[in-house]
Amino acid sequence: MKAIFGSLVIGLLLALPLSAHAGNVTVKGSDTMVILGQRWAEEFMKKTPATKVQVTGGGSGVGLAALQNGTTEIAMSSREIKDAEKQKLRARYNTIGVEIPVAKDGVTFYVNEANPVTALTVEQLKGVYVGDITNWKQLGGPDAPIIIYSRENSSGTYVFVKDHVLDGDDYAASAQTLPGTAAVVNAVAKEKNSIGYGGSAYAKGIKELKIKKGNEDIAPTAENIKTGKYPLSRDLYFYLRNKPSGDAKTFIDFALSPEGQAVVTKVGYFPVK
Amino acid sequence: MTPNTRRAVGLALTSLTGLAAFIIIAMLGIILFNVVENGAGGVTWTFLSKPPEDGMMGGGIFPAIFGTAALTLLMTVAVMPVGVLTAVYLHEYAPPNSLSARFVRVAVVNLAGVPSIVFGLFGLGFFILFVGQGMDRALGHEEMYWAQPGILWASLTLAVLTLPVVIVSTEEALRAVPMDHRTASLALGATQSQTLGRVVLPGALPGILTGAVLAISRGAGEVAPILFTGAAYFLPDLPTHLNSQFMHLGYHTYVMATQSPDVEATRPLLYSTVLVLLLLTFALNLVAVIIRTRTRRKAAGSH
Amino acid sequence: MDRQAIMEQGLTQPLVAPLLSPAARRRQLREKVIAGFITLMAFTGIAALILIIIFVAKEALALFTEPEARHEASLSKMFLAQDVAPGRPPFRWQPVSKVPKVSMIPLFVGTLKTTAVSMLVAVPLGVFGALFAAEFAPRRLRELLKPVIELLAGIPSVVLGFFALMVMSTVVKEALGFDRPLNAMLAGLGLALAIVPVIFTVSEDALTSVPRSYREASLALGATPWETAWKVVLPAAAPGILAACVLGFGRAIGETMIVLMASGNADVISWSLGDSARSLSATIAAEMGEVVVGSPHYSLLFFIGVQLFIFTFVLNLIASTWTRRVVRKLTGGAS
Repeated sequence: MKAIFGSLVIGLLLALPLSAHAGNVTVKGSDTMVILGQRWAEEFMKKTPATKVQVTGGGSGVGLAALQNGTTEIAMSSREIKDAEKQKLRARYNTIGVEIPVAKDGVTFYVNEANPVTALTVEQLKGVYVGDITNWKQLGGPDAPIIIYSRENSSGTYVFVKDHVLDGDDYAASAQTLPGTAAVVNAVAKEKNSIGYGGSAYAKGIKELKIKKGNEDIAPTAENIKTGKYPLSRDLYFYLRNKPSGDAKTFIDFALSPEGQAVVTKVGYFPVK
Repeated sequence: MTPNTRRAVGLALTSLTGLAAFIIIAMLGIILFNVVENGAGGVTWTFLSKPPEDGMMGGGIFPAIFGTAALTLLMTVAVMPVGVLTAVYLHEYAPPNSLSARFVRVAVVNLAGVPSIVFGLFGLGFFILFVGQGMDRALGHEEMYWAQPGILWASLTLAVLTLPVVIVSTEEALRAVPMDHRTASLALGATQSQTLGRVVLPGALPGILTGAVLAISRGAGEVAPILFTGAAYFLPDLPTHLNSQFMHLGYHTYVMATQSPDVEATRPLLYSTVLVLLLLTFALNLVAVIIRTRTRRKAAGSH
Repeated sequence: MDRQAIMEQGLTQPLVAPLLSPAARRRQLREKVIAGFITLMAFTGIAALILIIIFVAKEALALFTEPEARHEASLSKMFLAQDVAPGRPPFRWQPVSKVPKVSMIPLFVGTLKTTAVSMLVAVPLGVFGALFAAEFAPRRLRELLKPVIELLAGIPSVVLGFFALMVMSTVVKEALGFDRPLNAMLAGLGLALAIVPVIFTVSEDALTSVPRSYREASLALGATPWETAWKVVLPAAAPGILAACVLGFGRAIGETMIVLMASGNADVISWSLGDSARSLSATIAAEMGEVVVGSPHYSLLFFIGVQLFIFTFVLNLIASTWTRRVVRKLTGGAS
């Protein structure tokens, strides 16, 4: 017995060397931004192997909470910091934090590729998502029930759509909530009468709806999102406690450099610069 | 009933039960076939030895394998002493019909039935927010050090979850050690603890190992308890400290199935990950089954 | 004093305490310490159970003590119909909202729906499979069946969830003509995969613990094997089989990953199996990651945990009482 436990403990000590890395940047937060952060980290570490960048998801709230309790240097967030969160930062670190927009994202609505509907107004989208419009016929499509996909209420995208499309109203009870944007995309790609939403980075194998405004149909293109013409776009942020310095600064500088912004485009978001 | 209808009803019922058994076997077969068919091609050395790349759409799962191994190792170190000693108490030390032994048994049975997600809440509420915060305060950490999700808290949470598994198998193993061995040892003047350490526990060792293996297999596959106690979405580094977060095969499966940027592109990786996870748990289960049948045969032979 | 009295006294109490050497006394002390330590360790199980309920309940307590939480999530808001707006359903689970709606009713309905499906599938499969293994199967086949069940039990639930999501969803939707690929039926079938082994194993234990003499007596009276199985063995093992079903039920209520991945998680109240379902456990798993620690929403999720704990605790107590009854009945009846 003793021998077994002994070897277990030795194995454990070998497995978990208690050495700390020099030059560590921790980045935590929004699941929407994890792929982006991860790609940045990969590219950045190729150039400066001495610095380790750790990227973890969990959600915007998780990242901002970690910023407040000191477990991360950079918080990724797909929404602006809330007053309550600023107050906690002030109470603990006597700062209201530093906000750096690092990319832009258009929240797009997805439909199946076989769906003839190509553009909807924001009001129509609201009607669908609160449950007042239940058939594609009401939107000029085929006579079929609308299957609504939504995100979990823990996601930043959920809150964004609720605030900017539903005017704060509740989602319809029949809206299925899926745990990730990819799950939404996958479901919409499979199901021909469905509608879903999410970041445009994920839009593969489905059709992105244009937003109808007046006589114009506005597509979620890089140009329209950059100029703010596409009405449903948002900034993606890095939050820090203080002005960036040291390794964190080098990493952020890289993210905002032309090379870093090229990564943004590659991942499917839109550059801020 | 005429003999003929009796026979017909009998046959129908027997085949109905046979059908049920067949469906159970078929279900397992279909799952295994599907996973092996789609996943086997992707399990290469590169896949096993590299971290994920290209936003989870490429590379391998090494950090997840390592994280799972480190997690279950810590869990085993935590659960085995407690589980084995509890079983020793129940079978060797507790007076017959003792009320406290009965309470322990009831508690163990109920512990086994607590939903795994509740263990996750417990890990968060007790280990992270209570013990972790207490330790930070006691050790004078300015920033949160222990009061955050990490591999230690996740493994302790899993240790509580697997405690009943270890207790039940150890008790079975103790029962298989013949009474004569104990009385012989005691008659030779050995004390109770000497008898325990030199006769009973060595005799029960295979059964105790079975318990450990079963606990590891259970612990390696559980995802719900580690959701809020330490599993991470993506980490390029392996866990280095007891408070580091870690990647985990089961959680990785969940993340890739629901949150990958391109489901079609990740499908082969996903299947391969599931295959590795299944192989791991099945291999552990198989080891447990083999050890157990051997001990049972030996125990049966010695009587 | 006559001899008998001396003997009696000698039996109850030694006349003179045995003289122990210091070494022996040390040894005795050591034994006591070891026994004490082992006893102490044995109470970890009890302590764990008590700590679980205390600490899960502690985080939920704010719902009843803090005015803000009491206003946002009172018991009446959790369990009674709410008049939100004309034409909108009275029971909603929308905790992230300007006016949070925190009705537990959709979650209860969702949990019951998925659990019911899984029980309807898993009980016949598990009990009949166990009956086959215990009564009819040739030895070879029985020895194949047991490892198969153990392997099935060893599949992590996240893998079953993955299988339901990636493979079964299309099959179930096509076969039953549902509108949605993710629905209560699919989650229930996924759950069935998880609880069949539980029901099988406990039922089989109950069936094999029925004494041989019962079967021999029945066969000697001219009953056929199936009549023996159906009318003698099954009734004798009935409490154990009921216990198996109750345990399976408890497992299905608490199972998280399968439902989270396969049910669609809409907070809709509908008894149609083609509609989505949102279960108690999946709600905790989906929302805990992002919730602000200490907020009413956070306490609510812990409150759901308390409810899950209580449900499964009661079910377990029922199951263990019944199992004990079958053991007592059979051993009492046999000897």
